[in-house]
Amino acid sequence: MTTLEIRDLHVSVETDTEHKQILRGVDLTINSGETHAIMGPNGSGKSTLAYAVAGHPKYTVTSGTITLDGEDVLAMGVDERAKAGLFLAMQYPVEVPGVTVSNFLRTAKTSIDGEAPKLRTWVKDMKGAMEALRMDPAFAERNVNEGFSGGEKKRHEILQMELLQPKIAVLDETDSGLDVDALKVVAEGVNRVKEQTGLGVMLITHYTRILRYINPDHVHVFVAGKVAESGGPELADRLENEGYDRYVQAAAV
Amino acid sequence: MTLLTDKPRDHVDPQSTVGSPPEESRAARLTSFEVSDFPVPNGREEEWRFTPVDRLGGVFADEADDVRGDDHPADFDVSGVLDVMGDSLAPGQAPRGTVLVPGDRGAVVASAHCAEALYLKLEAEREYVEPLRVNIHGNGAGRLSSAHYVVEAGHHSKALLILDHTGSADHRGNLEVIVGDGAELTVVTLQRWDDDAIHLGQHDAQVGRDATYKHIAVSLGGSIVRVNSNVRYDGPGGDATLLGVYFADAGQHLEHRSFADHNAPHTKSLVTYKGALQGDGAHTVWVGDVLIRKEAEGIDTYELNRNLVLTDGARADSIPNLEIETGEIAGAGHASSTGRFDDEQLFYLMSRGIDETNARRLVVRGFFADIIAKIGVPEVVDTLMAAIEEELEADMGAAA
Ligand SMILES: Nc1ncnc2c1ncn2[C@@H]1O[C@H](COP(=O)(O)OP(=O)(O)OP(=O)(O)O)[C@@H](O)[C@H]1O
Ligand SMILES: [Mg+2]
Repeated sequence: MTTLEIRDLHVSVETDTEHKQILRGVDLTINSGETHAIMGPNGSGKSTLAYAVAGHPKYTVTSGTITLDGEDVLAMGVDERAKAGLFLAMQYPVEVPGVTVSNFLRTAKTSIDGEAPKLRTWVKDMKGAMEALRMDPAFAERNVNEGFSGGEKKRHEILQMELLQPKIAVLDETDSGLDVDALKVVAEGVNRVKEQTGLGVMLITHYTRILRYINPDHVHVFVAGKVAESGGPELADRLENEGYDRYVQAAAV
Repeated sequence: MTLLTDKPRDHVDPQSTVGSPPEESRAARLTSFEVSDFPVPNGREEEWRFTPVDRLGGVFADEADDVRGDDHPADFDVSGVLDVMGDSLAPGQAPRGTVLVPGDRGAVVASAHCAEALYLKLEAEREYVEPLRVNIHGNGAGRLSSAHYVVEAGHHSKALLILDHTGSADHRGNLEVIVGDGAELTVVTLQRWDDDAIHLGQHDAQVGRDATYKHIAVSLGGSIVRVNSNVRYDGPGGDATLLGVYFADAGQHLEHRSFADHNAPHTKSLVTYKGALQGDGAHTVWVGDVLIRKEAEGIDTYELNRNLVLTDGARADSIPNLEIETGEIAGAGHASSTGRFDDEQLFYLMSRGIDETNARRLVVRGFFADIIAKIGVPEVVDTLMAAIEEELEADMGAAA
């Protein structure tokens, strides 16, 4: 059982001109096996929260804590966080020219496990995971994210999650840009990993449609850099009908 | 970890220079065997404006080689080419001088002071399975050395020639290549000099009908290296590939100039140079000229230069020039970009558990991956990969 605990998290970003405060006191606890949906308007800071958990150096934590089973995540480097069991499926995965998917995955797996995976089982695992996500085997020899369509990039993120087996995953709008079939495939992937490994999930999304396939235990409304309200799955439906106006207005006063 | 948010600047504009050729046509550029036709450059000349000419006094000198008794400024190990060696060629003795006429000060003094050019004559219709190799080893920094090589590849021959430069000298070397009809010749020039070497080179090739020529410049060592790779055609159907890979460290100046002179119809040129830079004062220059003459209908050319700047204080200059005198071409394009090391790539890789050293390594190797695939000569690729690895080690060491 793993717990990711975010307490009173304040995060700012350094721009050319200013020190911009984005997160203003986020509290969130995610346990193994739980799925937390985070919904909120554009620009409310959802990706910033995801990046702060992963340790993107552009974002500065000005106060608050993040711990994983009591360990101070903020003291860890980006790679150490991944090794500790955190995973971020990015909203905009990055292209890495000249580095093939298979080389990338093998290097990542070796780093996370501390030893190279056995060749035979690794090839089998990779093939199997790609097949399950309906990815053409040819992707293994393509360069990381280069020329991938939006949907292919998202599948590739989930492929990594399946192979690296994190304890807690943050999925930042993994559902955006997916057609209905791809959405199902990706949701199945997430559910498969949850079943097999008891993964805890922070699912950032704008749409309830993915919540039909991945059932959230908790839904959090994220507005102006913090959680404005938390509830059960029914909260998502209410948001779908009513929008965020109520919260945005409340935050503005 | 340092973070730079600059996105690589990318600019791809095929045919953008159509109708706006450089001020003076490349065709009008002076060539001559007379040393006096090329005064010592002062750095204000268009061709020399990027080069630190103030450090080139020695190598520009109109002087004979620095021979001290039996001790030559450079040793030439020709054991790898004995089978194909002809009698050496004096200035003016054909085929010497039929393809290469000096185009600048460095080449003209090399020509004037190399009394005996190494002459390699490849038999027609013969495939040389083993690489032909000339090892040039400089015996001391600042010692003036002049070289001229003439390679004549008989029609339908096939061979690989490697010029491997090590040690140190003030070296000026000309290479003159005649690629016979239907021949396939690859020339690799490796610059693995010591830190204090200076090297100016003019490499000219004439590509026969339906012949294939590949020139690969790999520049890793040396204080100042400037290699000009020029190609023109002796009939239709010729195909030239000019490749370059370089890695410049602090204080190093690595300059490559290429010129594809499309003077015959249905010829092809593909120019690809890629380089990485790290350290204070690391400077690279690529100037790629392409001239498509009026008679050169149906030709196809593409040139590309990419530079990866790994640290602050390094500078890459990149200038493609495309001059087109006929509208009847199959294709003409160029792309050039200089990008900083992309920290978003680093973050992405590290967020998958890969440590910084390995992540940087992946990115740099990835940057060179396509050109390394184009080189296709295992021996050269291995040398190059090992050298890149070494450069990266040095960088990590410095960063730590
Ligand atoms: N690197 C940055 N430089 C400047 N501003 C930034 C940076 N990163 C985020 N911001 C700003 O912080 C705010 C929150 O951005 P963030 O990407 O976290 O929002 P989001 O909730 O994920 O939005 P979306 O739903 O559109 O993905 C926005 O106003 C954004 O412009
Ligand atoms: Mg976002």
